[in-house]
Amino acid sequence: MSLSNLTRPWEAFSYGFLDASAKREMRRKMLKAIAVPGCQMPYASREVPIARGWGTGGLQVTLTLIKPSSSIKVIDQGADDGVNAASIRRFIARVSGAAETMDTLEASILQSRHRIPEEKLRDDQILVLQVPNPEPLRPVEPNMSAAREMHADADYSRLWLTLYEQIVRSGRIMQGAAYPALVNGRHVMTPSPIPRWDVPKLHMARHLTFLSAGREKRLFAVPPFTRVEPLVFSDVPYKVEDHASLTCDRSGVKGYFMNEIPKDDGTSAHELSDSQFGVKAIRRNEGETVAIGDTWYKNGTFTQ
Amino acid sequence: MTLQELHIRAAALQQLPPQLMTTPPLLTMTAISKRYGDVTALQDVSAKVYPGEVLGIVGESGSGKSTLLRMMNLEDIPDEGDYRLDLPGLGGNLFHLDRLERRMLCARQIGIVYQNPHLGLLMNHSSSGNVAERLLIAGERSFEALRARARDALDASEFPLARMDARPVELSGGMQQRVQLAKAIALEPALLLLDEPTTGLDVSVQALVLDTLKRLQRDRAITMVIVSHDLGVIRTMADRVMVMRRGSVVEEGLVDQIFQDPQHAYTQQLVHAKL
Amino acid sequence: MQPVLHVEGLAKTFHMHHLDQRLHAFSGIGFTLHAGEFLLLKGANGVGKSTLLRTLYRSYLPRSGHVWYHTAEGRIDLARAADVDIALLRRREIGFVTQFLIARPRVAAEEIVAEPLRQAGIAQPEALSEARRWLEEFGVKRDLWRAYPTTFSGGEQQKVNLARALILPQRLLLLDEPTASLDVNARAALVRRLADLKAQGVAMIGVFHHPGDVAGLVDRDIELKSEEIDGHVDI
Repeated sequence: MSLSNLTRPWEAFSYGFLDASAKREMRRKMLKAIAVPGCQMPYASREVPIARGWGTGGLQVTLTLIKPSSSIKVIDQGADDGVNAASIRRFIARVSGAAETMDTLEASILQSRHRIPEEKLRDDQILVLQVPNPEPLRPVEPNMSAAREMHADADYSRLWLTLYEQIVRSGRIMQGAAYPALVNGRHVMTPSPIPRWDVPKLHMARHLTFLSAGREKRLFAVPPFTRVEPLVFSDVPYKVEDHASLTCDRSGVKGYFMNEIPKDDGTSAHELSDSQFGVKAIRRNEGETVAIGDTWYKNGTFTQ
Repeated sequence: MTLQELHIRAAALQQLPPQLMTTPPLLTMTAISKRYGDVTALQDVSAKVYPGEVLGIVGESGSGKSTLLRMMNLEDIPDEGDYRLDLPGLGGNLFHLDRLERRMLCARQIGIVYQNPHLGLLMNHSSSGNVAERLLIAGERSFEALRARARDALDASEFPLARMDARPVELSGGMQQRVQLAKAIALEPALLLLDEPTTGLDVSVQALVLDTLKRLQRDRAITMVIVSHDLGVIRTMADRVMVMRRGSVVEEGLVDQIFQDPQHAYTQQLVHAKL
Repeated sequence: MQPVLHVEGLAKTFHMHHLDQRLHAFSGIGFTLHAGEFLLLKGANGVGKSTLLRTLYRSYLPRSGHVWYHTAEGRIDLARAADVDIALLRRREIGFVTQFLIARPRVAAEEIVAEPLRQAGIAQPEALSEARRWLEEFGVKRDLWRAYPTTFSGGEQQKVNLARALILPQRLLLLDEPTASLDVNARAALVRRLADLKAQGVAMIGVFHHPGDVAGLVDRDIELKSEEIDGHVDI
């Protein structure tokens, strides 16, 4: 027996790019995050070959989860074909041997920036959200030591105060993306800058969600079947964006979250923000047999 | 006992413990001492405040009066000493409470108005929001109830309700103090602490704020501790007065006695300098 | 009959630290006062009549002696009772009427007068109507009832002050020249009220610049002398 028998052949990179110790740290922190839903866990945040702020947090989580049999979908603001989404997807596939996909139903890991797909996720799927600012208390408490004490005390009155101020000033809650939500009745998290439309999709969901901020070196998680309740006043109900009546200009689909496309004449058209969902709808319209999964919203109304 | 204290005792009779007052004190502080490095901030200070009473603490800057008030608000912990409030569910030395217990106690039972409104207010939130924050800490989650209760508290502080959503930065000093006061009384605390609440205000505004405080005290019988270097303020507000100097209490008495028959050389100097 | 007040060997000395001087006010004062009795303090100006009243009220701290005050709960020595006990008695049983009003800004005359009733737990409307009755009685013009006494003349302020001090019957009333600078009508109203209170059993000790004003009420008097009084003054 020689030493070479005991070791694997030399490779340029570790499997999945991250070295074993980085992945071990990630795994530990991810397990901790699952154990304490919504609580931010610090991690070292290694260098990956994209710039901080472009999804390094999500990428590290994905690279830790990935295996050759995985199939990976990457979303940027609902679209799979943006340069950033495509580059990340291709990179992950190259370093892991996992399959690339754009179809929500086929993916085992979905890394996303600022959207959750319209089709319901299953319990064998993992959603990885990229988070720019993981601390919901930062806007109300710039001192992070104080903010951590507030988390420890479950003192989120300042966040409610922010909502109070919005109603007083504007007559309604103005918080659009990153609407703070109470996870498992204990920690308030920012669900990353997903629209209000997407927050209910995290509540008692079948899938596991990781939220990871590479620049800020914090990750947190929403395990399956965990309560995610947006902060609201008892007499001011939570409202999602008023998109239920909008129709997609390209697919003719109605009742989902839309992107607004300004037109030359000053009016605007709308098209599905979840672009691959739109693509599937168009293909079905054209007569192809396309599997479209069950959706969270039906006719513009959220159903659990 | 210092030589000066001996002097006082010789000049007047020593007081007996309360005989007719059967209600226990709301606030009892015993033997509070605090040093910051080489500086003695408080040396063996004790105080009692009875329900519905206004205790005035007077002394020059550095006498330890504000430090003592901060300890009553549990913002600071002394090196030695015991602090109790006679409230249901509270027992033992409050300085031993953990941070969360301290915070909940302060939010619900202790209101404070600082000389500097920046310490007590979120300057860029609405005035009503500043009051609402207290209610939110106590768990109020109805927007309409927050609004109504903030309005009531601001009204009780004689704040003009037309401006209830103005930000404190847009308000005058007197109005800022009223917002602080509304915030302090919103949860109907057992104890209201006032740290130089009118210092820095115009004399006319000062009189109005003092009048509001006096009205509140009369209508709600709130127990108050007011700290001021201004004898006029103490004279208007307090039932009993504690005179502090260099971290110790030099004299304590009924407000008219302190002003008309001060025993201690320092108190005499203070009273004569003013009047 | 149980006396209201029993004073023994009461002495007062002021110590002025900045002059390092002691000022002797009086010593060896002793007397007994029963319910419904009116005691007049006599003596030349500066002899310490007001000082004695204030010492009994505990605005001044006595040097020695006892001031036994009999309450329903037993007797208490006002000379050394705790400050909170004194404050309690002042709220409920012992009144002090001076020439001077400490008016507070922006509190209407009628509210100042009603305050003792409010503190005694009487509702605002009743307290106010009672207050107006007494302002009327002492001859304060109706237009002034809702005005702030800080701006009143000395005489008007004093009427407000008297109405406030006498509105709630006390057990012991200390009167420090209440008639000074009062007009004839107000003085008459005051004497009527004092007689009324006396009939109700209020014990009173008074200093009057013109004792003739209350001649009909006085039961006994004490003459204070400027030099130190030896021993016990019995009356």
